[in-house]
Amino acid sequence: MKQLLSKEPFALLLFSAVILTMPIWLAPLGANYPDLLQKFAIYAIFAMGFNILFGLTGYLSFGHAAFLGVGSYAAVWSFKLFTMNVLPAVLFGTAFAGGVALLIGFVCLRRSGIYFSILTLAFAQMFYNLAYSVMTPITNGETGLQLTLQDPRIIDRALAPAGQGLPSTELFGLSMSGYSGFYFCATMLIICFFISRRIFKSPFGLTLLGIKSNQTRMNYTGFNTRPYTLTAFVISGMFAGLAGSLLAVTDPLAGAERMQWTASGEVVLMTILGGVGTLIGPMLGAWIIKYFENIFSSFNDDALQQVYSFLPEGLRNMAVDLSSLFVGEGWHLTLGVLFMLIVIFLPGGLMEGWRRIVRRFRGGGGGEGESAPAATAQPAE
Amino acid sequence: MSRLIMTRRGLLKAGAASGVALAAPMSFVRGAYAEDFCNMPTGSTVTLGFNVPQSGAYADEGADELRAYQLAVKHLNGEGDGGMLGTFSSKALKGNGILGKKVAYVTGDTQTKSDAARASAKRMIEKDGAIMITGGSSSGVAVAVQGLCQETGVIFMAGLTHSNDTTGKDKKRYGFRHFFNAYQSGLALGPILGEQFGADRRAYHLTADYTWGWTQEESIKNATEGLGWETVNAVRTPLGAGDFSQYLTPVLNSGADVLILNHYGKDMVNSLTQAVQFGMRAKQVNGKNFEIVVPLFSRLMAQGAGENIKGILGTTNWNWSLEDDASKAFVKSFGQEYGFPPSQAAHTCYVQTLLYADACERAGTFSPPQVIAALEGFEFDGMGNGKTLYRAEDHQCMKDVLVVRGNENPTSQFDLLDVVKIVPRDQVTYDPAIFGGDLGPADAKSC
Repeated sequence: MKQLLSKEPFALLLFSAVILTMPIWLAPLGANYPDLLQKFAIYAIFAMGFNILFGLTGYLSFGHAAFLGVGSYAAVWSFKLFTMNVLPAVLFGTAFAGGVALLIGFVCLRRSGIYFSILTLAFAQMFYNLAYSVMTPITNGETGLQLTLQDPRIIDRALAPAGQGLPSTELFGLSMSGYSGFYFCATMLIICFFISRRIFKSPFGLTLLGIKSNQTRMNYTGFNTRPYTLTAFVISGMFAGLAGSLLAVTDPLAGAERMQWTASGEVVLMTILGGVGTLIGPMLGAWIIKYFENIFSSFNDDALQQVYSFLPEGLRNMAVDLSSLFVGEGWHLTLGVLFMLIVIFLPGGLMEGWRRIVRRFRGGGGGEGESAPAATAQPAE
Repeated sequence: MSRLIMTRRGLLKAGAASGVALAAPMSFVRGAYAEDFCNMPTGSTVTLGFNVPQSGAYADEGADELRAYQLAVKHLNGEGDGGMLGTFSSKALKGNGILGKKVAYVTGDTQTKSDAARASAKRMIEKDGAIMITGGSSSGVAVAVQGLCQETGVIFMAGLTHSNDTTGKDKKRYGFRHFFNAYQSGLALGPILGEQFGADRRAYHLTADYTWGWTQEESIKNATEGLGWETVNAVRTPLGAGDFSQYLTPVLNSGADVLILNHYGKDMVNSLTQAVQFGMRAKQVNGKNFEIVVPLFSRLMAQGAGENIKGILGTTNWNWSLEDDASKAFVKSFGQEYGFPPSQAAHTCYVQTLLYADACERAGTFSPPQVIAALEGFEFDGMGNGKTLYRAEDHQCMKDVLVVRGNENPTSQFDLLDVVKIVPRDQVTYDPAIFGGDLGPADAKSC
């Protein structure tokens, strides 16, 4: 099994199967509706990209939401100016975010540790404020950038006259809302997984890990680390830009709040929750957070009454009162508790929990090879 | 080299797997969505989606809106005392749900953010099968959700949103607003300001920097400049600034004698409190008393501002102290349920729910095009605002607007607003063409 998993085609096949059958296996959890599935795929890309920077180089960026926002705005502008086809939008979003990442990375990567984090946070906040008020003609401020009937859409207009009402995003005629939107995002996620897996296993990825473990030592061996960290930063920014443009693809609207520091913090939470530096950990973290945000926040007292309907009246009311603290508007609380428990008992995130379980079943010691460091230690020998 | 071959093969296999997996769920998805219009209710219940801010700057309003929605659902299902069902001029609703189907509801948190609001509305539409979405306590959110509802073919009954854009340049066929707007505030407030403060005044605006603030500033400016006032300056302040002292200091040296605060919620509470602390209300400028005006008012905000609100002029959609039968019936049943009077946000949300239910009854179907037709141009009474028209051209309700003043001698913690004048509907009716915009098509969509 282990040998099989490390074989690329098999790993990719398994991953694709799991992602593409999400509408089926998420049904018992009540999460198999298009919007949430799209979010699962999109934020998995976002977290995966963040992990390339944070997990491999150890640089903790607190400003990744800026790239997400830039990607969204670029994609919506592509819909407004050129065509409702999603491919140019995705390309624009990714490219623009990459460009912005290059600029920000060039400045921020001159520092490391906490100074780097603060710098990225400052940049992200600056972008947020720019989008929120200063650049209102481009971003439409707090209201958010939306499609209108007056948009030029040059390419679409050249091919066909404008229809009635707002057009929807499409991939050569296939509408990108609902399940088809999810499958598009899922395909992107699979591609990103492939790229990310390649980076993890490449000499480039090992260099990044070397930077993480001791940058000074790398420098003393005559290694210029700056281009490597900058490349990682830009790649990770492009992943975020792709995620942002996919948000616009599934729902053609871009708002400044997408760039707020809370959004940057969220992706850090996702990565830590799932497991920093692991391939699929950040994705799991993203799923858990999005699941909580969308499903737990929708439980109201009525729903709870139904859940506890088997209990006698008095007990039921007590149970409802108690659990209503943790659902509905209290979903943040549940998430906070979960996050604390994981950080305290499983510092390596969910993936560490998984490894521990595997080790337990192997009867101790046997599962050591499962962990990421062992795999990366090989080429160094 | 060998690596490249592996890649291609891997991708090919992944492609094949995608094809298989794509085909599997699509087959049952198609079956589930084979209906005439989005979320056609097939069982014995009909689901409404209540999308309100439960966290963030407008959480107080959101909580009150949710209370009103729950009360409306009770009344529609024939529980409780019926509230405004008894006074409503249309008698189509019988207290047996909507078209014989019991009303159920789902709730969501907009977080006062467009993204979160749309995600939450999508969940209601895609997962919970909501036939109508209502709520929102910010114009930005209302405009965003309204756009989504137009795309998916689900009717949106806007809650508290005051920007001109909601039924102006961003109006949608599937969106309806009962609440009044900034332009109407200007029309109602203008003459009163003239009466109270004279025609020779110099005004200074502080404006929340987003769609609602901009349209309100413009509307009030137009109204006051029509009186002969001069606008000294209009300064945009960021939403949720907290400290407004840097914006208030220049006011004192600008030669202005009226300060107009285009702020809402906690922003208004903060800016007003700080303006009063600066001693502005005790000042004499140009030989006249310095005045502060807050064009959009709510009781919840008045509660937050405490003493400082006394004597301040503004407009409001509805106030619980109104003496007509409908308002009294609503205040009574809301009070019995929750122990305090409803806010204007609660009132507009309650009314919107009833209006939607009534339109379905009159249309005899849940099919959105017919329901829209039943709402467009609908003339009704007995909802606490006098005779009201749901205008067909822009889906804006035309009704009386209240000009209010912060109560100098409140008799209770809720008795905070004095109604100065009920400005009749004719005076606040305007030409829907002035804002442009296009409603778009009404045809039903399957989601």
